[in-house]
Amino acid sequence: MKKKNKAELWIAFAAIALIYVAVAILEQTMDNNHIIFTVLKKGAIYSLVAVSMNLLNGFTGLFSLGQAGFMLIGAYTYSIFTMPTAVKLTESVYKYYEAAVKFDTGIFVGLICAGLAAALFAALIGLPVLRLKSDYLAIASLGFAEIIRAIFQWDVLGPVTNGANVMRNYLDLTDVKIPFTDIPFPPTLYVFLAAGVCIALIVLLINSSYGRAFKAIRDDEVAAEAMGINLFKHKEMSFVISSFFAGVSGALLAMYQYTVQAAQFKAAMTYELLLIVVIGGIGSISGSCIASFLYIAASEWWLRGLDMGKFLGIDAPNLFRSGFRRFVFSIIIMMIVLFFSRGLMGDREISFAGLIRRFNRRQTAGATKGGGIDG
Amino acid sequence: MSDTILSIKDLKVNYGGIEAVKGISFDVPKGHIVTLIGANGAGKSSTLRAIAGLVKPKSGVIEFEGDNIAGKDTTAIVSRGITLVPEGRRIFPDLTVYENLRVGAYMRKDDITPDINWVYELFPRLKERSWQAGGTLSGGEQQMLAVGRALMSRPKLMMMDEPSLGLAPLIVRDIFSIIKEINKRGVTILLIEQNANMALSTADTGYVLETGRITMTGPGKELLVNEAVKAAYLGT
Repeated sequence: MKKKNKAELWIAFAAIALIYVAVAILEQTMDNNHIIFTVLKKGAIYSLVAVSMNLLNGFTGLFSLGQAGFMLIGAYTYSIFTMPTAVKLTESVYKYYEAAVKFDTGIFVGLICAGLAAALFAALIGLPVLRLKSDYLAIASLGFAEIIRAIFQWDVLGPVTNGANVMRNYLDLTDVKIPFTDIPFPPTLYVFLAAGVCIALIVLLINSSYGRAFKAIRDDEVAAEAMGINLFKHKEMSFVISSFFAGVSGALLAMYQYTVQAAQFKAAMTYELLLIVVIGGIGSISGSCIASFLYIAASEWWLRGLDMGKFLGIDAPNLFRSGFRRFVFSIIIMMIVLFFSRGLMGDREISFAGLIRRFNRRQTAGATKGGGIDG
Repeated sequence: MSDTILSIKDLKVNYGGIEAVKGISFDVPKGHIVTLIGANGAGKSSTLRAIAGLVKPKSGVIEFEGDNIAGKDTTAIVSRGITLVPEGRRIFPDLTVYENLRVGAYMRKDDITPDINWVYELFPRLKERSWQAGGTLSGGEQQMLAVGRALMSRPKLMMMDEPSLGLAPLIVRDIFSIIKEINKRGVTILLIEQNANMALSTADTGYVLETGRITMTGPGKELLVNEAVKAAYLGT
């Protein structure tokens, strides 16, 4: 059993390495303005938030709706920290305010600080809320996200957050350099690496004894407490760590977008992420990642034509106009929920042995119905 | 007589605004099997939950190895060597059998392999199913897992809340013979049961609890033939 697991682990590593090589090659050979790079970058960023949300919702059984708020904190912390001081002092960004933060940091420090800022806020909200029943966390975190969005647009904080105005000219993906050289780092590969490292850290956490304690709390709080697991401590830990990575992904989103504004981090963004987690399968890391890429590809690429008058070669400007994409999208999601009620992956992970088993079964017994892949 | 490992003095516990335990006192001698029997609502579970730290007692003293542990949190109590097999088993359904056992040893930092092996030796069925999710086990197997999980913390005192609940008579007999075997290994056992017959024939000492008070006490075998106990709990 153990030996087989080890072999599978190596296959998984090889597959992940292959994905990275493919991304690197794609980026060197294809036109970098192709929509596929938008999908890859945004998909990787959303994978990270979705996995961090899954750590809470799927593995600890805590229902939180504050993801957009923590991403906002991360995005702003990053943009404030990495905007060069020279830029802050001119009027190109802080037009109506005098910038109060008069230092700047590198990209790596900016990303870490973005995570830490989000984690700090999470720790503060968690303190009163996590002692209550889980439902209260959903309400409190949703409220928090809405409040924080308003606060970041508040005039009084203008010298820090630039009020409701756009933040730009901070260090973005084009400023990433290969270490010790001046050669630009391939941007898509960079996003993949950053998100990949963070997701790997979350996977390590889930498979550690802390992760087991999280899952025990999810399965049965009373029994977990009887085993000596300190419920509050572990819930707080999970919440803070999840928020840390939401903050980092907010910073990555800021890097990818070149500009960032508090107004974009609406509750709708959290629902989008929740949808991804549910479609991917609550409690499945690979499910969250696959669902993120599918979701972003569908909304940014494949279904674009539904809004533009032309879809799959059919020209129907009266039918395919602005908003029709959302309509089709909702129907697809309903179908997924109806036919894959536990998401694409359930709570299992993708595994190659499982894929092969499934393939063989299909060959012998013809097409089989059902969702997910054996883990 | 051996020395006392757990000593309860005038324990009062409120549960949902009702005084569920109205000042009970009893001793658990080290290495013994002690049972509390009583009808529904007699306060048995509340007593165990208070000892385990899952509810804070209203007043009274819970002395474990000479120290008062009343009101301490569960984490501290588990690391002192008290463990609870909760009512209705409450295993972790989505964790594998093996993971369930690992969670049982959560408070320990030392090597747990010998304990896992011991549990697998006590319950060979668990070994066969170690990679299966806990929720897929049968009721009896889940009870075995709950007991095994509790043993993983290497307890000095194991408290069991209705281990026979909802199990077939044959399986109940198996569980009780394993309780005796665990006890022989030096684990003191505090057992609460509605199945008074089984509990009293296993226990060294029995206490009868009625509406939050202890009304009778004596060696298990004596209570088993006591006319009042027979009438009230044994249905003969």
